[in-house]
Amino acid sequence: MSSHNEIDEVSGVATTGHEWDGIKELNNPMPRWWLWTLYATIIWSIAYTIVYPAWPGLTSSTKGLWEWTSRGELRTELAGVEVSNAAFNTQIASMDINAILADEKLRNYAVAAGASLYKINCVQCHGSGAQGGVGYPNLNDDSWLWGGTPDQVYLTLKHGIRSLTDPETRDSMMPSFGKDEILTREQIAQVTNYVLQMGAREHDAALAGQGATVFAENCVACHGEKGEGNIEFGAPQLNDAIWLYGSTPELINAQIVAPSHGMMPAWEPRLGDTKVKQLAAYVMSLGGGTVGGSQ
Amino acid sequence: MTVNTTIERQNVVAVNAGAKAKGALYAARQKIFPKRASGDFRRLKWIIMAVTLSIYYITPWLRWDRGPFAPDQAVLIDFANRRFYFFFIEIWPQEFYYVAGMLVMAGVGLFLVTSVVGRAWCGYACPQTVWTDLFLVVERAVEGERNARMKLDQGPWTARKIGLRVLKHSIWLVIAVATGGAWIFYFSDAPTLLKSFVTFQAPAIAYATVAILTATTYVFGGLMREQVCIYMCPWPRIQAAMVDEDSLVVTYNDWRGEPRSHGTKKAAASGLQTGDCIDCNACVVVCPMGIDIRDGQQMECITCALCIDACDNVMEKIGKPNGLISYSTLNDYNFNMAIASDSTGNVEPSLVRNPAGSFIPAVKHFNPRIFLRPRTLLYSGLWLAIGIGLVTMLLNRGRLEINVQHDRNPIATILSDGSVRNGYTIKLLNMVPEPRTILLTIEGLSGALFSIEGVDNVQGARANVAVEPDKVRALRVFITVPPQSLEQLEDDGQTSFQIIATDPQSSETSRYNAVFDVPEVLN
Repeated sequence: MSSHNEIDEVSGVATTGHEWDGIKELNNPMPRWWLWTLYATIIWSIAYTIVYPAWPGLTSSTKGLWEWTSRGELRTELAGVEVSNAAFNTQIASMDINAILADEKLRNYAVAAGASLYKINCVQCHGSGAQGGVGYPNLNDDSWLWGGTPDQVYLTLKHGIRSLTDPETRDSMMPSFGKDEILTREQIAQVTNYVLQMGAREHDAALAGQGATVFAENCVACHGEKGEGNIEFGAPQLNDAIWLYGSTPELINAQIVAPSHGMMPAWEPRLGDTKVKQLAAYVMSLGGGTVGGSQ
Repeated sequence: MTVNTTIERQNVVAVNAGAKAKGALYAARQKIFPKRASGDFRRLKWIIMAVTLSIYYITPWLRWDRGPFAPDQAVLIDFANRRFYFFFIEIWPQEFYYVAGMLVMAGVGLFLVTSVVGRAWCGYACPQTVWTDLFLVVERAVEGERNARMKLDQGPWTARKIGLRVLKHSIWLVIAVATGGAWIFYFSDAPTLLKSFVTFQAPAIAYATVAILTATTYVFGGLMREQVCIYMCPWPRIQAAMVDEDSLVVTYNDWRGEPRSHGTKKAAASGLQTGDCIDCNACVVVCPMGIDIRDGQQMECITCALCIDACDNVMEKIGKPNGLISYSTLNDYNFNMAIASDSTGNVEPSLVRNPAGSFIPAVKHFNPRIFLRPRTLLYSGLWLAIGIGLVTMLLNRGRLEINVQHDRNPIATILSDGSVRNGYTIKLLNMVPEPRTILLTIEGLSGALFSIEGVDNVQGARANVAVEPDKVRALRVFITVPPQSLEQLEDDGQTSFQIIATDPQSSETSRYNAVFDVPEVLN
């Protein structure tokens, strides 16, 4: 280490006394303007704490001259969004769902708005991808209990299924053929095999043959002669690949003995007509639904 | 030897003559009044200034016809539409590696130049140097040469002084506004922007940008000058670390200059032999950094070589060879110093000179072979390799691209008739400024059918999709495989296949490897 008062021979400048691997640090003076820059930043920072909330107190901090808050900023931004959306929402309120879907701009807006509504209100039962689950319909496919046209989806959303509050809700139910002893165990076994046969599933041909009679007497009224279903009653199609409560013989049997029924709230009282339309538009955007009136 | 004593000795001290500031924590800035130099390097600097400033100011106004669907500005950085146009090249954001590659080339190029000629960037091409030079031209034109400026600066605030200062700063501000103003034209159509700018219709960011760049140009070029290089810029430190013993740097050749004397005649009369330096300080007064190159290599030196011009002029006048201050390598300098020094380490003029006064043959002079060293060859090779790589990529790059994203939730949907449907988001990138109709097809997924939202021209697994010029079109695409074809798919439920985008006209093709999922219940 060198002495503190050493003067560097080449430059004539004093060293700081710091040395690293033989390299000594010269004690060159800072430029004066640099000092002024430092003072300027100090003044700036003081002004900043006066203009903006900064100094902590016991219960809150100083509000600052401009009374700026991040919440206030968010509030302003959200209010701006509301204003820019207002035109779309007014149009949607006055238009029919089919007309909304036909207008590309309106549809894009309604689908985006519906997607966020869906995440809040619908994912609990129908799942985040609208893929449903046992007892909760998949909204991506083309099998719709109560009809899959935009009008029908809109109506279903509006009034709900078996809603306890909406008088216009869909409330038909399948009888408990086993529990209420309408059919015997044997008859139910027969008709179960007949239903399996309709869907081209593994079945007992003899039992299925007997089941055809049972089906004709008890089931065709709602499910149709070929098991094609009926959206008037929310009666599911039986000759297809989609089974809400499962397609094994045991599960079909159980559904005949004591059927489970789904329930969906009426959404209009909760969300209002405009948002129901937005939800319908979103559901139709998933790629499912049906084009014609029947499934 | 002719000795011309009409060379006037300049009264000047290098600003970094450290002893003056000894002990002080802060030092006031010492004013520099650089004298105008003339000579080869000054001429080179004028040319470089003219070329670089012309490129900067004129480039945004060059036009380049790209057809009706793209801007006709030759160089345009279109942030709003995320496109970069450079004459015949159009770059999309995902092709930014071209820019990265060019930056790497710029970096390696700088290494190369620095290893050969030291801080040439600082001395000739750096905007700080170019604009400071330009501002000095204005200062000289308004206030006069060095002595007049010094006199004016020290004199009282007369009406004339106020007038000259107002005029000088006004011209500086005009240049600063023009500098800041030119910048914004690189980011928007120049004629349109100029029209809206002068009628106060341009976006606020344009005015803010011009204001900021006006302020930095005025403050850095007019007021701070050498302070920026010495105290603010990290570059001098980095560049200084990249020179070696064979780099050409501006050097005062002590071995022929010492002992310096401004009384050569008197010295000769009394029998003393002196070096070539007559201590006229011409090198110090022209220095824009205010240093004395005779103190050796210094951090402040931007190697602008104006001291070489100044010294050569003096050498010519006193009839000595040029090059007392010259671009030399440390190796040559050390070699010459070794033969010029006597046993006590002092420079002895007779050791390097013949009796006739010319230099002995052992003295080393500039040798172009120093350009070919492993280091420079490596940098050149690297620079070339990157350049060739970039050009090759540029010539072979595709202008049609397909990107496919499989829906995650749900991965697959079973339909009523037992067929399976997968959803995809397909993005078609039409990277030419012409509308194109792209044919979408599938390979490796038999029986599959397309259904595309908003596209009617679909037959089975073929779809014709119109894409706007220079745009991306995002499509919601459903691919459905009917029950009878499901058996041909992979057993694990994941079938790889390709979605192919083709431009039937140019037969340009882009493929994407996608996967089709079949739910477990059907496996």
